[in-house]
Amino acid sequence: MGTVFIVHFWLFSTLAIGSALAMVTRRNPVAAALWLVNVMFALAALYVMLGAQFLGATQVLVYAGAVMVVFVFVVMLLNLGVGDDSERGSRVAALTASAISAGLAAELLFVVRSHPLPATLQPVAPDALAPIADSLFRENLVAFEVTSVLLLVAVVGAVVLAKRGRVADEARS
Amino acid sequence: MIREALVVSAILFSIGVLGVLTRRNALILFMCVELMLNAVNLSFIALSRLHGVTGQVFVLFVMTVAAAEAAVGLAIVISVFRHYRTLDLSRIRLLRG
Repeated sequence: MGTVFIVHFWLFSTLAIGSALAMVTRRNPVAAALWLVNVMFALAALYVMLGAQFLGATQVLVYAGAVMVVFVFVVMLLNLGVGDDSERGSRVAALTASAISAGLAAELLFVVRSHPLPATLQPVAPDALAPIADSLFRENLVAFEVTSVLLLVAVVGAVVLAKRGRVADEARS
Repeated sequence: MIREALVVSAILFSIGVLGVLTRRNALILFMCVELMLNAVNLSFIALSRLHGVTGQVFVLFVMTVAAAEAAVGLAIVISVFRHYRTLDLSRIRLLRG
């Protein structure tokens, strides 16, 4: 574990956490979405450093490339500005929420710190994709096939939801 | 390295929870849920270095479910916006007693 590795690990970790905080505090949805893209890229770098190169590439393609584009597309489609977002929560509610999430973070960190981890790391295979494919298409084949049904249901559901809104609009006008 | 990755994952998840609890905009709420899913993915990948490659397969499934959730969720957001003309969750209170 060289110094360069550790420096880059903490660099991308800080980038991810800082961008996440920026995302949570932005009022403009487009700014929040772009900060979230930043989080996705930093996490992709962390995935690669942890030996999951394929998932790092998938993270960039699927999340930063597809999911976030859909988010930004919806923001543009609905023409959301800062003014639509009142964000006038009471101070008590904000403090309670901060206390809850700080308590959750403390609890999670306590669990992570106190649980013993095995010292030996599994070696990363040179052809890192073969073990993933082996597990995905042998042990988890049923789950993989069910996933295709899930995606089909999601596509049909999204179309039905969006279309029903349009029909109702036309009936009202 | 694994423990540090788990720490980063815990912090990111808590930030996502903070966003879900404090924000009023439905779209930003969705982004915070995506952030929480990504934090869990980081945990899976870190632990896959200790317990074998199944964790990485789980991450693929989580990504699929997240993509489906984003598609359906954003369709619902569009429907809600068409009906109420706002995404401010404090003003969408049909079921609030």
